[in-house]
Amino acid sequence: MNDEQPASKKPAVIRVNGSWCKRCGICVAFCPKDVLEINEGNLEVARPDDCIACMLCELRCPDFAITVEKE
Amino acid sequence: MSVDRSGKVKMMQGNQACAEGAIAAGCRFFAGYPITPSSEIAETMSRNLPGIGGKFIQMEDELGAMGATIGASLTGVKSMTATSGPGFSLKQENIGYACMAEVPCVIVNVMRGGPSTGMPTLPSQMDVQQARWGTHGDHSIIALVACSAQETYEQTVRAFNLAERFMTPVILLLDEIVGHTTEKVVIPDQSDIEIVSREKPEESPEDYLPYRETETGIPVLAKFGTGYRYNVTGLCHDSTGFPTNDSEEIEKNIRRIVRKIEDNRNQIIDYREKMTGDAEVIIFAYGSVSRSARSAVAMCREEGIKAGILEPTVIWPFCYNKVRELAEQVNTFVVPEMNLGQMAREVKLGVEGKAEVVSLNRIDGEPIKPAQIVEKVKEVV
Amino acid sequence: MFNYLKFIRTRNFPHIWCPGCGDGIILKALIRAIDGLDISRDEAVMVSGIGCSSRTPGYVDINTLHTTHGRALPFATGVKHASPDLNVIVVTGDGDATAIGGNHYIHAARRNINLTVLLYNNYIYGMTGGQCSPTTPRGDRASTAPYGNIEPPFNTAGLAISAGASFVARADVYNVKRCEKMIRQALEKDGFSLVEILTPCPTAYGRRNRMANPVKLMEWLRDNTVPVQKWEKLSPEEREGKVRVGVLADTEKPEFTAEYRKLIERVQGE
Ligand SMILES: Cc1ncc(C[n+]2csc(CCOP(=O)(O)OP(=O)(O)O)c2C)c(N)n1
Ligand code: SF4
Ligand code: SF4
Ligand code: SF4
Repeated sequence: MNDEQPASKKPAVIRVNGSWCKRCGICVAFCPKDVLEINEGNLEVARPDDCIACMLCELRCPDFAITVEKE
Repeated sequence: MSVDRSGKVKMMQGNQACAEGAIAAGCRFFAGYPITPSSEIAETMSRNLPGIGGKFIQMEDELGAMGATIGASLTGVKSMTATSGPGFSLKQENIGYACMAEVPCVIVNVMRGGPSTGMPTLPSQMDVQQARWGTHGDHSIIALVACSAQETYEQTVRAFNLAERFMTPVILLLDEIVGHTTEKVVIPDQSDIEIVSREKPEESPEDYLPYRETETGIPVLAKFGTGYRYNVTGLCHDSTGFPTNDSEEIEKNIRRIVRKIEDNRNQIIDYREKMTGDAEVIIFAYGSVSRSARSAVAMCREEGIKAGILEPTVIWPFCYNKVRELAEQVNTFVVPEMNLGQMAREVKLGVEGKAEVVSLNRIDGEPIKPAQIVEKVKEVV
Repeated sequence: MFNYLKFIRTRNFPHIWCPGCGDGIILKALIRAIDGLDISRDEAVMVSGIGCSSRTPGYVDINTLHTTHGRALPFATGVKHASPDLNVIVVTGDGDATAIGGNHYIHAARRNINLTVLLYNNYIYGMTGGQCSPTTPRGDRASTAPYGNIEPPFNTAGLAISAGASFVARADVYNVKRCEKMIRQALEKDGFSLVEILTPCPTAYGRRNRMANPVKLMEWLRDNTVPVQKWEKLSPEEREGKVRVGVLADTEKPEFTAEYRKLIERVQGE
């Protein structure tokens, strides 16, 4: 996952691997805090500060494309 | 194969001899499904394997038996399965898998009459072309035959050796007569039996490519569990073992799988010939029929007919060169077989028009008698 | 963050599965389950048949064996019987396991051979484009059931239980932590251990059944799966259309390779 971009700073670092993500929307739909968004075909960490590091997006992503690292 | 004949003598059926030969060759896994006239092979294996720490399993069908045989072999254990016509048809699916994934194993088919359920208790040689082309897709295959219990023992050992050496399934074709006739078998001393086992990779797991191009075309497959974590598939794959859609890789790999047998055919092909030196007519016979054919040659000679015999012990790859060579010298080949001329087709290809090929066929479950062959020879000389 | 990288063959990524296909979610749950146990990668073998689900082995860095359609269990039986020290995991689809491989399925369960079997149930033939499977619910549409399926589906987990499997569970990829836990239990169990995992196939199943969006299929799993404890309290009417998930059978039974070891000892002792 060499093209990972740190997309957020706190309280967790959410990384999206853009070349593996297939924009299925599962992480977006089931994030309890509505942190993620798909805009113009790209997955964006829209509200990183709201993340509670529940890990659900990482657990349910079928494509090994999103990781959440707790600070 | 050279086996020392100083060993002990036992009376046994061809089917038992097959099981004994397998164990002598190092076979330690057998998966089967009962079918006449092959069941004694499974029964003997079920009795003899546990005592030497080997594994037997009766599967739910022949599809499963073939799969289990391949799975066992991938862990480095020499493996065999045995069946007859209807079961041989079911095994074709995974025989193709073993060809494609290059997994050594031995498949014994004790031929009975067909098609379909056919004649369960009567002999035939109707599966010789199925052995070559029974599974779909381009591939090559090694198939052996045997004419007696003794030869069955020896050919079973050879089948394992060829499988391990060429990393391929090897088919041993017996027929009901060979399988069920009890006769004397000289069991050689174990130390006198030549045993071949598959090679181990020399490179480290990091550098290992299971299906890489080699000079001989023969791959080196590591046993599962030894640190080489590779992928095995029946899909077209590249040297890594992973599926590929790259047309160049696909062609390269399939050509290699065919080449490893076709280019080495001179090391695989084997036959016996007798009285061919001055022969005017050659009897081409294999399996149990070759015993009648030998008598027929003797009878012909007594009557002053210059007959000789060519008996392949390996039928695939086929000995076209030998047939061609003899075709320069003789006028006619007589091919007695318990089918409607399946190997006669190959003999015809081999003679390249230089000699006549005459079939003698029997498909009623009765063996071909020497007198019938002599009669045919007289018709043509 | 879980580090999957040491378990996967990154060169084969991104994987072939469609956007929102649940198969990748199962693969990750399996990797986490393996990681939590003391399983050597060199001594682990994954065997699969043919189908989208059966492409899983290509992505896992262990010994992997992708076989023929329906035959994963016989191949796995050969591996395990010949070399019982290997840890054998089988990945199969609903069609692979219960249609073409149905006979092997019941017999492997009957033998109670120590295999961990993950049956990805997406209610459809995914790889070949959405034909009916033995698990397609009545009334659902498939490319070979354009007017709705009229055949009743198999209870795949129930089939394994009646055939003799010692551990049988049903999980789903929405409740992914529970799924991981059941896979771990199956891996730990000596004997035939099945986890049937309900997983979305948006492309071949969802598209024909008003759930083309993978999120819809995940919501369906969320809203229609009922854990066993809760299931007991439901009336027959309340159970209508719902799927029971959780551990459905967990019993101690003689395991095939252990029995064979005893047989060898007995024969050798004679
Ligand atoms: C002998 C044979 N018959 C048919 C096929 C075609 N085929 C490939 S995958 C498949 C169905 C797969 O469905 P399932 O097992 O449910 O797996 P999924 O793709 O849904 O994960 C079929 C019919 C085949 N490969 N081999
Ligand atoms: S779940 Fe994974 S693949 Fe799907 S949109 Fe989110 S990051 Fe991308
Ligand atoms: S960790 Fe939880 S809260 Fe944070 S983005 Fe992922 S799903 Fe949303
Ligand atoms: S067809 Fe269905 S099962 Fe196959 S990869 Fe696509 S979503 Fe998954």
